[in-house]
Amino acid sequence: MKEIILIKNGELALKGLNRSTFEDVLIKNMRRRLSAIGEFDIKKSQSTITIEPKSEDINMQQAVEILSKVFGIAGLSRAAAAQKDMDDILKVAQTYLKDLLLEAQTFKVEAKRSDKKFPLKSPQICNEVGGYLLSKYPHLKVDVHNPQLTVNIEIRDNYAYVRGNQLKGAGGMPVGTSGRAALLVSGGIDSPVAGWMMSKRGVSLTAIHFASPPYTSQRAEQKVIELLQKVSEYSGRITTYIVPFTEIQEQIKANCPEELFTIIMRRFMMRVSEMIARQDNCGALITGESLAQVASQTLNAIGCTDAVCTMPTLRPLIGMDKNEIVDISRKIDTFDISIQPYEDCCTIFTPKHPKTRPTLEYVEQGEEKLDIDALVQRAFDEKRILTVG
Amino acid sequence: MECYFDNSATTKVCDLAVGEIYPLLTENYGNPASLHKKGDEAKAALDLARVNVAKALSCNPDEVYFTSGGTESNNIAIFGAVEALKRRGNKIITTAIEHPSVSNAMARLERQGFEVVRLPVDKFGKINEMDLYREVNRKTILISIMLVNNEVGSIQPINSARRAVNRAGSPALIHCDAVQAFGKISVTPYDLGVDMISVSAHKVHGPKGVGALYVRKGVRIVSPVYGGDQEDGIRSGTSPMPAIAGFGAAVTEFKQQDVTMARIKAFRDNFVKRILVLPEVHINSSSESLPYIINLSVEGIPSEVMRNELSLRGVYVSSGSACSKGHRSSVLKSMKLPNSRIDSALRISLSRYTTQEEMDYLVESIFGARNKFLKL
Repeated sequence: MKEIILIKNGELALKGLNRSTFEDVLIKNMRRRLSAIGEFDIKKSQSTITIEPKSEDINMQQAVEILSKVFGIAGLSRAAAAQKDMDDILKVAQTYLKDLLLEAQTFKVEAKRSDKKFPLKSPQICNEVGGYLLSKYPHLKVDVHNPQLTVNIEIRDNYAYVRGNQLKGAGGMPVGTSGRAALLVSGGIDSPVAGWMMSKRGVSLTAIHFASPPYTSQRAEQKVIELLQKVSEYSGRITTYIVPFTEIQEQIKANCPEELFTIIMRRFMMRVSEMIARQDNCGALITGESLAQVASQTLNAIGCTDAVCTMPTLRPLIGMDKNEIVDISRKIDTFDISIQPYEDCCTIFTPKHPKTRPTLEYVEQGEEKLDIDALVQRAFDEKRILTVG
Repeated sequence: MECYFDNSATTKVCDLAVGEIYPLLTENYGNPASLHKKGDEAKAALDLARVNVAKALSCNPDEVYFTSGGTESNNIAIFGAVEALKRRGNKIITTAIEHPSVSNAMARLERQGFEVVRLPVDKFGKINEMDLYREVNRKTILISIMLVNNEVGSIQPINSARRAVNRAGSPALIHCDAVQAFGKISVTPYDLGVDMISVSAHKVHGPKGVGALYVRKGVRIVSPVYGGDQEDGIRSGTSPMPAIAGFGAAVTEFKQQDVTMARIKAFRDNFVKRILVLPEVHINSSSESLPYIINLSVEGIPSEVMRNELSLRGVYVSSGSACSKGHRSSVLKSMKLPNSRIDSALRISLSRYTTQEEMDYLVESIFGARNKFLKL
């Protein structure tokens, strides 16, 4: 029995003349991700993409798991390809869906006939398949409104596809169709989620992490790499820059008013990040800021950090509550890594009473003693590059 | 000649594992929980071992928790699941032929008031999956079924448990003791449809004193072990790094399981054919069971006598299971074998290192021993 994967590409179907460009990127992304487990034939037809393994020993469940993390896919399902005659369809439905049928209490059958030459009409197909399955699995009951299992029969050009419930895809747009942006990633809960969200809208990611040894440990850096590894399962490969930040933080501590430590630090991060982003052809920066979550994320504070760079800064979490962000981090499996208790550069030298409503003028005054350009240039020059994913 | 046929009791540690263990005793002796370089090195070794075990189980590394072995994995899984779910119901389902680390844990839960159902097995030591569909209900909180039986090698249809749980809408967690199956057949949470899997290092050519418990992501259990919250609180206690690294190395040697299996199966089939020439010999394992384990009876010669005689000839087999000395095997009793066969049962267990020569010598030795005690 031949098994394939059917892909529904949701939002892409609404695109106009560009649609096939989007689909081609999606297919390229799927092919690259799947190459880890084997070779596949990928074909597009109308709003569906069919994926067929080229050899028999490919683990189809693994393929589904990989594809469920590819953006641009609305829904996907494993299906068996039956011959286009009722006897074979019945046989395949009974055997291929055996586990699902044994597991369910209620089911219904849906049929779609895109090949109108097939002798039975859709309702007739449903009737026959439903009756047959009931006779083979007498514990089942039919429930057309709220079934646990929907058996789908699709009569297409070459085959009749038999499948169970469709799985939800990752949604969004294929990565690479929205350009590239640089994610400032700390090691906390928010920034990986922010990266994931922009990646979902088709953005390719570059990551920037600031490390302050010996105030921060090797483990903190390792943690960031692990986080990015999880995000890269969705976003694809992430070029990662590790920027040495110790000197800048020590200089700030020595020369600036304590209540401005965090805000000035963030301004430095933005300056260095913008330089890296421009060098890496990024169109924007991404941060995990959520309005009013902490003192440096008030409207005034954000105004002060934004003042140092001209590149747009995307803040996908800006209107989200912490628990909404946590929900996503659990979904993408970064939460448990994020909560490992290692200091990162945002948690050292934190002022006891940070200024929540700084004015730009006051902040600029606070920085006066620093040789900003030289510090930024040195951090930029001494960055290290890694590839994650 | 010395032939070791007791690989279900324990195995020889493979060279690769020995090589990994040594530097962790002598140089990289740090505690992976320490946040200095010595600790970082140990943590890297710990992470690597976890990744290797995760690969062998086809799961995520953060779903693998190191324990002190199969017994502890089983105890943590069973008591941990029951503690987490005891408010949801009172019923626990297991089989009549579990390892003592499961069956004695179940007996304790029964004394505490839980309803424990032990599914019966047929004459080959296999449960009937229809019993699962019948027994699992909304009050069921735990199902614990071994994948391969340690005495006769029967393979249980454990993936039916997931379907039974889903059909019944039961909150039950499903645990699988896969200690005897690991490294020999596919043991993956997806294929088995389970929430927890116990494995042990010393059954797969790793060192003694270490094992692992797989716990599916999102499943919460309350571990009965309290301490410094190592292994995410599933198994507190300083990680035994030499043993863990040896385990991590041993599982990378699980290559081409199907090729090895074909060879072992040929050994088994050939052995059975040759030994059945003796009219007193009965094979207690089914031909469908795991070929690595052959349980047989030489009627008329007590197990201990045969075991000792073979030992003198340099052939090491087990009389029943090594874990239950002096008792009539409850597994064989559950299979309803006559006492004459239970009292003369031997377990011969192979490993991937078993050779044709050893198999020949085994047959020769059994023939010799038999002819010594039972005159022709």
